[in-house]
Amino acid sequence: MKVLVPVKRVVDYNVKVRAKSDESGPDLSNAKMAINPFCEIAIEEAVRIKEAGNAEEVIAVSVGDSSSQEQLRTCLALGADRAILIETDEFVEPLGVAKALKEVVSRESPDLIILGKQAIDGDANQTGQMLAAMLDLPQGTFASEVEIQDGAVQVTREIDGGLQTLSLTMPAIITTDLRLNEPRYASLPNIMKAKKKPLEILSSSDLGLDLSPRQNTLKVTPPPERAAGIMVEDIEQLVDKLKNEAKVIT
Amino acid sequence: MSILVIAEHDNSELKGATLNTVAAAKEIGGDIDILVAGMDCESVADSASQIPGVSNVLLANKETYKNSLAENLGNLIVELSDGYSHIMAPATTNGKNFMPRVAAKLDVSQISDISAVISDDTFERPIYAGNCIATVQSTDSIKAITVRTTGFDACESSGGSASINSIENDTNAGVSSFVKEEIAESDRPELTAAEVVISGGRGMQNGDNFSLLNGIADKLGAAIGASRAAVDSGFVPNDMQVGQTGKIVAPDLYIAVGISGAIQHLAGMKDSKVIVAINKDEEAPIFSVADYGLVADLFEALPELEAKL
Repeated sequence: MKVLVPVKRVVDYNVKVRAKSDESGPDLSNAKMAINPFCEIAIEEAVRIKEAGNAEEVIAVSVGDSSSQEQLRTCLALGADRAILIETDEFVEPLGVAKALKEVVSRESPDLIILGKQAIDGDANQTGQMLAAMLDLPQGTFASEVEIQDGAVQVTREIDGGLQTLSLTMPAIITTDLRLNEPRYASLPNIMKAKKKPLEILSSSDLGLDLSPRQNTLKVTPPPERAAGIMVEDIEQLVDKLKNEAKVIT
Repeated sequence: MSILVIAEHDNSELKGATLNTVAAAKEIGGDIDILVAGMDCESVADSASQIPGVSNVLLANKETYKNSLAENLGNLIVELSDGYSHIMAPATTNGKNFMPRVAAKLDVSQISDISAVISDDTFERPIYAGNCIATVQSTDSIKAITVRTTGFDACESSGGSASINSIENDTNAGVSSFVKEEIAESDRPELTAAEVVISGGRGMQNGDNFSLLNGIADKLGAAIGASRAAVDSGFVPNDMQVGQTGKIVAPDLYIAVGISGAIQHLAGMKDSKVIVAINKDEEAPIFSVADYGLVADLFEALPELEAKL
């Protein structure tokens, strides 16, 4: 079995991103970049499936500019066997990313495709589901447990109010939620080894795809500020303020 | 313009998130239809038909749609999409599951999690955990949209009289099947619908200590939430998570206990009307968004708060 894991380079989750003062976009100058946390969980799951003897190969793929090679090397250090970068300098929406990934899927014919449920930059939560629809494949989104069975995969999903378990025919698409696993750290020897693993670079124009955005971002602004609050001395004062000033309790 | 809203329901009850979504649809303007797809869900269609301003309720009552499987539901919506300018669903785990399939099949770029309507093609949506608000204009002929329910006050739920039309489409993709569901039984209100939410963070130290929140929640009729740190530490299940990658809440009163206030958490609660923070670290970032902050040991403060309410 072959597992494909699409990953995204995003701003590190600890960075508090602000809008540029001219409202043209988020200010990412000098921001630390990293692999999207949910993508890291996806790689970990794929590697665990391989380690359990249920897959022979794990392939990491990314759509982005050449700096995304850094995140693909991270994936290789975490246990992926090889990597593919679909290189583009343009901003690509999830719809375009899914179209590019569809080409990779048709070349590689993976049995399982595992993605993060959302990227923490655009917060769109679309790519996995879109890819599944384009390929007419079943999807198990927001997965907290994945069990490979004979010709099928059972996925437990985090849904509002609880958990739902589905059985999907393979090939199938899975998107990861927080509790699926705890990703490992790459060891130094594995980081060294990753430098020698194959990383193929394709240009998005070679794929002959139109990945141009369908949405115009007119402006990016800071969220409304909250008015400064006050510190209270004790519980008694807090309850008094909530009752008589904010009037949110009786 | 003609808008199709996909109802959120559990086959017996229409969920409140539908009303927020219809409210967003009304801001866009035009005819509004509601799709109720499920099994034995006539009562849901009845409720949907009473929402003022709705023209038609489409009722797809089939085994195929019983569990809202994204493959089956997505295909149904695509079949019904002809003639609609907008297709909208609440950004619940259900809406997030099927809507991108619809968008991809229609070859349109989805607009996720809109928090405001500017015009029929322009919307605001939070990005970067709500640290930026993007105003985006869609150039697609059909707009596939999920709605951040906290961005829109629920519309009225009664007084309307839409007609209910049964539809016979059966779009069983045959690639996924339902195995089981474990829905937490609780007398408390749902997190996203509660007027008061009290959440615990890493400062709670373990899962057992979350019981300190119970008495207060009982007295305030509150839902209980948690920060990602508390979920990551295994204190409580993930469906209690409030934040960028969990639930987005905006209650009248939000009480954050032992929560430092990471940006991922603030993204899920900073639109609450009144925020109270109780934390022993006076430098905790949560205080920067709190209307009322109390620097205190939560193990002393919580029992006292419960007693004073």
